[in-house]
Amino acid sequence: MSPDRGAADGAVTDTVARAEREPDALQPYAELGLKPDEYQRIRDILGRRPTSAELAMYSVMWSEHCSYKSSKVHLRQFGEKCPPSPALMVGIGENAGVVDIGDGWAVTFKIESHNHPSYVEPYQGAATGVGGIVRDIMSMGARPIAVVDALRFGPLDAPDTRRVLPGVVAGIGGYGNCLGLPNIGGEVAFDPSYLGNPLVNALCVGSMRHQDIHRASASGVGNLVVLYGARTGGDGIGGVSVLASESFTEGGPVKRPSVQVGDPFMEKLLIEATLAVLQAGLVEGIQDLGGAGISCATSELASNGEGGMHVWLDRVPLRDPSLAPEEILMSESQERMCAIVRPANLPAFLDHCARWDVEATVIGEVNDSGRLTVDWHGMRIVDVPPRSVAHDGPVYQRPYQRPPWQDDLQADVADRLPRPATGEQLRSTLLDLVGSANLASTEWVTNQYDRYVQGNTVLARPQVAGMVRVDEGTGRGVAVSVACNGRFAGLDPYGGAQLALAESYRKVSVTGAAPLAVTNCLNFGSPEDPAIMWQFAEAVRGLADGCLTLGIPVTGGNVSFYNQTSTTAILPTPVVGVLGVIEDVHRRVTCDWGDADALIYLLGTTHDEFGGSQWAHHVHGHLGGLPPRCDLEVEQRLGRVLVCAASADLLIAAHDTCGGGLAQALVQMAVGSGTGARCQVPPGLDPFVYLFSESASRAIVVPRPSTEAVFLDLCQAAGLPTTRIGEVSPNAPVLSFDGLFEVGLDELAQVRQATLPAILDDSPGQQWASR
Amino acid sequence: MTGSMRIGVVTFPGSLDDRDAARAVAIAGGEPVTLWHGQDDLHGVQAVVLPGGFSYGDYLRCGAISRFAPIMRSVVDHARHGLPVLGICNGFQILCESHLLPGALTRNASRHFVCRDQRLLIEDTTAAWTCAYQPGQQITVPLKNGEGCYVADDRTLDELEGSGRVIARYLQVNPNGSRRDIAGIRNERGNVVGLMPHPEHAVESLTGPGTDGLGFFTSVLQSLMDEARR
Repeated sequence: MSPDRGAADGAVTDTVARAEREPDALQPYAELGLKPDEYQRIRDILGRRPTSAELAMYSVMWSEHCSYKSSKVHLRQFGEKCPPSPALMVGIGENAGVVDIGDGWAVTFKIESHNHPSYVEPYQGAATGVGGIVRDIMSMGARPIAVVDALRFGPLDAPDTRRVLPGVVAGIGGYGNCLGLPNIGGEVAFDPSYLGNPLVNALCVGSMRHQDIHRASASGVGNLVVLYGARTGGDGIGGVSVLASESFTEGGPVKRPSVQVGDPFMEKLLIEATLAVLQAGLVEGIQDLGGAGISCATSELASNGEGGMHVWLDRVPLRDPSLAPEEILMSESQERMCAIVRPANLPAFLDHCARWDVEATVIGEVNDSGRLTVDWHGMRIVDVPPRSVAHDGPVYQRPYQRPPWQDDLQADVADRLPRPATGEQLRSTLLDLVGSANLASTEWVTNQYDRYVQGNTVLARPQVAGMVRVDEGTGRGVAVSVACNGRFAGLDPYGGAQLALAESYRKVSVTGAAPLAVTNCLNFGSPEDPAIMWQFAEAVRGLADGCLTLGIPVTGGNVSFYNQTSTTAILPTPVVGVLGVIEDVHRRVTCDWGDADALIYLLGTTHDEFGGSQWAHHVHGHLGGLPPRCDLEVEQRLGRVLVCAASADLLIAAHDTCGGGLAQALVQMAVGSGTGARCQVPPGLDPFVYLFSESASRAIVVPRPSTEAVFLDLCQAAGLPTTRIGEVSPNAPVLSFDGLFEVGLDELAQVRQATLPAILDDSPGQQWASR
Repeated sequence: MTGSMRIGVVTFPGSLDDRDAARAVAIAGGEPVTLWHGQDDLHGVQAVVLPGGFSYGDYLRCGAISRFAPIMRSVVDHARHGLPVLGICNGFQILCESHLLPGALTRNASRHFVCRDQRLLIEDTTAAWTCAYQPGQQITVPLKNGEGCYVADDRTLDELEGSGRVIARYLQVNPNGSRRDIAGIRNERGNVVGLMPHPEHAVESLTGPGTDGLGFFTSVLQSLMDEARR
């Protein structure tokens, strides 16, 4: 901070008057992450130098994390190519998008990253990541009803993974479990590129009645600005501009202590108090405090409302009374919300907060001055046009260019890799893959999350997607999935992003829910590298085009840049979340085929596609060639058949095929059901390709025998190829492929289960009961 | 008939499974009544459920602060005169802290939070909350806790076992290191039961591993009716 900064100990406060009086005082804009031209722009906007408080506000709000200055020009495509969707109620731009799911119910959902903090301090980084996304959902007026998360780590056996992963999992569990939010799904993947930059992306879903939707806007001159929740402390100061916008470089300045600390108990009280004041109709506008804290909340509320607001900053309740005003403005203390309340409603608002032991303080007032003004003990320290802080940040046309090495990467096809041929070789390949880090059971992780709380969880891991009941009376519910294979995106960012969308869309459809909307968390390296920027531009273009084809809009999301260590970036990882609606959750389809005497079919077509596959990665350490083709028109037909079949109750079970191919999906179904299957490789097909190729737009289904003909007619009418691939064997706990090999379910289950605990268990784990 | 049975469910700050417990009461055929931690009024309920969660964040010691809540004065007082009380998970911890039940719940042996479908052996069916089960019946209900390891000194454990006060034990897997695989216990009179697993999450086959947990709630309605007839 500037040497002339104000502090509570009586140091000189940098007021607006002082800024006018001393126009040439040197300011540490560069240390705060602002470029010279950005600093000049602030001076132009204000017609003088900013005060140190104003400089703090602009620096956090114009950081990459808050302003999306590098990504904005590309993200516009999500709006421009937005397909017509009658379900869309609130689109991109608000805290989270909202879709109509019918019967007067609305659902909001969004995914957000907390990557850098989770590397620095895994437990708190991941915990506050959950806390932040939950407050985004609350600020739309919704009750949070579920979370899922997408996690990426370095190699499972790397020493640092053993530091980061258990902490991240404990943090997600410790926070989410304590909030009473069921964790219903997600994914965990490992790749060397994430070793110094793990990814922690958390998605939250909330539900509300249509009339309860709220926005972040400060409307009504004379209305009060109420800050409520936890007290403001020194945690996370500068976390946004420093932690989220600078990559970890060796020898660089050490700026890592600013990870926020979470208090899930306070967040739980905040949820209940917020829902109470919303339901009582006491709130005109509401905003959560996340990155950039009070700076962000006040400038966004003012900018979206009457355009003016005055704040008495010295009224903010503090955890640490020595904080300077700049620090209070920037603090990212967790578990705080800001509401706009009519003066007449204030007593009732305060009563609700008191009932939940939540501290609430009036810190400001809405006006029509067109300015955001902030006073500190009677001194004016901020006087800015709020829009210039919140919305008119710099926009960059970052140069981007397809890197020269992309051609070499794509030319290095997986076809040259030696393939298993005999039954015995195929069998050992299957077991090898089943126990590989990316395909093994994630129970070590998911068993640390409460999936039952709220009593509405219909599907959770290891099911294909998560599903919760929204309306207990009608059974209306939603399903949600997240997916991304960063290896596919590395080979082809456009196609890889579409494959992530396709996989998530398919996983939702497999459960019987009709996909409705998309959220995304775009994790990339440095936008200042034209090659990385090209990956980003291509991935966004792929996603926007894909959503248009599938007819489902992007309702919001998050960009995380600078995921790199020195010059090594992570694989481009556009994680895509898809939300679907199901009219009656009783009609959901699980991947459990029970002990039915029924036939198993494969829907879709298998091609020889191993570029970026788990087989190439795990067996050969290879990444090259092109990812599987992605035909979203076929994907849409597959999705419609699955949803239609579920609603007509034609299916016993279904599972998508993705990582590890058909064989992996069959293993998951068989082991999950505890019932084996006898399968055949159709004549003329190469068994290896058939079992392990990762072609898109495919699913395994077990139709009900009594209505099998109806289902097959449905597929035929949709032009969807069906192949009979085997039958469930109720009496043989074995997965067999005629003429090739067989493997017992016990062995498969053991191999699947053993991988993560073998590396991650630091204590005796579960004990056997005496009986 | 059972519709007239009013079963209170207490909400503490940080209670999480209060709505679930109320739903279970309703599915069993009772009338759930919301009770607030800050009031000592039991609103004439005929039984009380202390639900799961992290009351007061469990920051000091699980249940250590909740036992001082105004509502607990009434719960403890009435429990000593026979009011049926079921403490589930955090509720069990509160009952131990309140000395309505012996022993304590400590950190899981694995040191991790664990959520799993847990097999249980029902041993005692004389309690107000277990009479709908058969002795020796095996059931599956969700278990989810970070501090569910039941501990007590050997004399207490011997006494609990000798007087048939272990109501349920873990089968196959002991998920938290509880001594002698103990999942739930009752007081001498049988009206107060503490249980670490969550029967309220096994009352609908759609959202739980089955409906094995419903018996705890039908039990109390049954025992209240039996009492009313007497």
